[in-house]
Amino acid sequence: MNTPIQFTVNGNRQSVDVPPMKRLLDVLREDLHLTGTKEGCGEGECGACAVLLNGELVNSCLVPALQAHGSRLCTIEGVSTEGQLHPIQQCFLERGGAQCGICTPGMILATHHLLDKYPNPTLEQIQEGLAGNLCRCTGYMRIFESVQQAANTISP
Amino acid sequence: MSQSKPILGASPLRKEGRAKVLGAAKYIDDQSLPGMWHGATVRSSIARGIICSITFAPEIDWEQFAIVRASDIPGENTIVHLTKDHPCLAESQVNHPEEPILLLAHPDKTALLAAVRGVRIEYDELPGVFTIEESEAAVENNDAERIIWPGSDAGGTANCFKQYLMYSGEANETEDGLAAAFEAADFIVEEEYHTGAQEQLYIENNGVIAECNKDALGNVSDVCVRGSMQCPYYVVHALTLIFNLPEEKCRVIQVETGGAFGGKEDFPSVIGSHAALLAMKCGHPVKITYDRAEDMAATTKRHPSRTRHRTAVSKDGKLLGGTIDVAIDGGAYATLSPVVLSRATIHSPGPYKWPHIRVRAKAMATNIPPHGAFRGFGAPQSLFALERHMDKIAKTIGLTPEELRRRNFLGTGDRTATGQLLNEPVDMQHLLTRALQESEYHEKLARFAEENKHSTIKRGVGFASFMHGAGFTGSGERRLNSLVHLDVLEDGRPQILVSSTEFGQGTNTILCQVAAQTLQLPYEDILIAQPDTSVVPNSGPTVASRTAMIVGKLVERASHQILATLREQEDLPEEHTREQFIAAAQSYRAKHGSLRASVRYEPATKIYWDDELYRGDAYPGYAWAVYVAEVAVDLNTYMATVTRFDALQEVGLVMHPVLAKGQIEGGVAQGIGYALYEKCVWKEGRMMNNQMTNYIMPTSADLPPIHVHFEEVPSIHGPGGAKGIGELPMDGPAPAILNAIENATGIAFNTIPLLPEDIFERFTSFTEPAHGGSEDFDPTHLGEFLPEAVA
Repeated sequence: MNTPIQFTVNGNRQSVDVPPMKRLLDVLREDLHLTGTKEGCGEGECGACAVLLNGELVNSCLVPALQAHGSRLCTIEGVSTEGQLHPIQQCFLERGGAQCGICTPGMILATHHLLDKYPNPTLEQIQEGLAGNLCRCTGYMRIFESVQQAANTISP
Repeated sequence: MSQSKPILGASPLRKEGRAKVLGAAKYIDDQSLPGMWHGATVRSSIARGIICSITFAPEIDWEQFAIVRASDIPGENTIVHLTKDHPCLAESQVNHPEEPILLLAHPDKTALLAAVRGVRIEYDELPGVFTIEESEAAVENNDAERIIWPGSDAGGTANCFKQYLMYSGEANETEDGLAAAFEAADFIVEEEYHTGAQEQLYIENNGVIAECNKDALGNVSDVCVRGSMQCPYYVVHALTLIFNLPEEKCRVIQVETGGAFGGKEDFPSVIGSHAALLAMKCGHPVKITYDRAEDMAATTKRHPSRTRHRTAVSKDGKLLGGTIDVAIDGGAYATLSPVVLSRATIHSPGPYKWPHIRVRAKAMATNIPPHGAFRGFGAPQSLFALERHMDKIAKTIGLTPEELRRRNFLGTGDRTATGQLLNEPVDMQHLLTRALQESEYHEKLARFAEENKHSTIKRGVGFASFMHGAGFTGSGERRLNSLVHLDVLEDGRPQILVSSTEFGQGTNTILCQVAAQTLQLPYEDILIAQPDTSVVPNSGPTVASRTAMIVGKLVERASHQILATLREQEDLPEEHTREQFIAAAQSYRAKHGSLRASVRYEPATKIYWDDELYRGDAYPGYAWAVYVAEVAVDLNTYMATVTRFDALQEVGLVMHPVLAKGQIEGGVAQGIGYALYEKCVWKEGRMMNNQMTNYIMPTSADLPPIHVHFEEVPSIHGPGGAKGIGELPMDGPAPAILNAIENATGIAFNTIPLLPEDIFERFTSFTEPAHGGSEDFDPTHLGEFLPEAVA
């Protein structure tokens, strides 16, 4: 049985009528066609589906739609403004933080969350902050550089 | 505007990078076609047996489903690789767990889960073999019940997909030389080494969407498969047999691919064929995407291996002769095992001079899902054994690991074990010197020896020296006969047409750099077409570290050809501006309708290779490397951690420093996982830990700083002097790390993955391990802080 659910996604008010236990990941991808949020494992291990829910980093594969009712969501589609890359996106692009790109949306949101908490993070804080987002391509070194450069750009 | 700075060797933005950081790149699961259905696979629940009956649960309305069985296949029931032993769908017998038996499709994806469970299959079980040793025993004992693979017309024998026998010279002379070497040796050093299976663990699972059209008689007229893959033309080839259609009626399109590492080399032929058969049956486009559990349980992994070394050495540390016996576990069907074994064989003698060597190699059949391609492709297995063995030899004869290698390195003008003359510069001595300096190896060796006496954390350093051949083995590139087109479009922008795919490594970017550099145009002007086999020619598969060197060289030659045409026919000057190029190209197009250069592979130098004797020029070019690992082994937790990693390599011209570093770091991270974290747990052929929760790959918090260093010695084989680098970084980390662990603890571990429980077992028991290390346990080495359990 479906339940009406309302939330704000990337600044836009949205209503969907979905089963209350439908994964937020599927609501975003199937009902709202926001396919930038990726599924990697479906069990909260890889972070490819990470989004910001009321400013907190969550794995949307583990969040039932009902839990998102009334919340404020930010997905990768909401990070840039009018086609202008956010500094985090720009730094990932320049420093080789994205290779195959499948972990990139989640990684960028995790970085967003990290820099909100620590505007000038240490390497340990970056390693810890991104430990819930798996990347099989980069070995993380280019990602660390991207995050450091983004921090320097946003909070010099 | 003529370019002032060379673009090859600079780091322009990744071509498709903007779409990726925006989350706008469309992977296969982000795509949908009108009227699309979803597909699922009914798989074997046992390892080996005869299918007795298939029944369908009465509570499900099967009218709503499309069902495909082996008998529905219009052409041959085979996923063709090197032989046709591998069925697309099991007909009467299954040979491994998760073997596909039936396919189902339904408009609603959520209906499929219950439907898959609603197909009941009964089997008459047969005994299975699950290890190399069990497979060998069946052959030795003539145990007909356990001969699980009959042989093939492509050189396979009972339970053995392929064997190679490689000699460093003429067979009789080498055998005589070996006998004399072992007679004269001051030391004979023997050991056995093991490596485990490894999951590619691309973050995007396998997935495809297929379409199928029929003619007026209801026969399949053409099929189209789009999806996540490395080698579109491999899928075309598979479809031609499944549907009995000509190549031009089987269209394959690669879409943005979320990691591959070899795991999407051969497997897309399976899932692509399945989706196309369902599309044929239901008359709608069909999407199949695996979830993580299915992807890990049912798709290919790196081949487990066992390597035995026996080496004759003089007391001054010269290798006099050696025998190497390599065995890999191929799983239930031959798939790519013969070629993986080939690379394992050729890399097994490493970067050393062997007066006499014999390598015997075989790929055995087991009732496990077929193992397949994974970055390194056999070389990580045999180089792990070799580089552990070199440390054992050094220890046995009383030389340092460094000195032993220095006395045996290949150099310019030497011949490799296959007899290949190294006529391009090779300087392993310098690479070793620099790698040890960059990593402060000698200083750490001394410091850790002192500090370890007073600490429960034992620290150590170790290294591995190795090489990796770029391109297909031997005559492979000649047989591939790769073709590249370069078009100049109406607006004067060049467009590269290749089947070489981008899956994170940077294909799009580096090929555009090559064209920009050669055509003297801005990088931003160069386009690269989506790999769609109805548009792009077959430039070969995107594997074997061949794209930069082989396909890059073809793009360079095609660019030269365009320039030659425009200079000859349109008076384009030797040094031209962008505007002059566009004007010349448009003028040419106005007269001729189009402007295209097409070039085929030609070896840069004469390449000789004998497939029978395994002698000659094994690879056009090699990348050479020395990797140094620093480790800490905590004797409270028995956890070994890499605390710093230095990777030095000579790879010819570095085309794009940012991408190249990313390739090396990513490969090293996978190598660290291979050595210390990633263990496939098997039970009767089935992977038991097919989840990211319990198959552990390194996270950002697990990895040490990885320092990447390049030496650049331009090669004639690649564009601008580049060589292949993609697989190289997978080869060195595991032996370097286990060498460092031996340095830290005094204990020789010769099996990977090496988990804390394995270290615990060795430390807390004085028994010999089942296989591997032969060093005696030496409590004095551990100093005063022995763990409680053994103190």
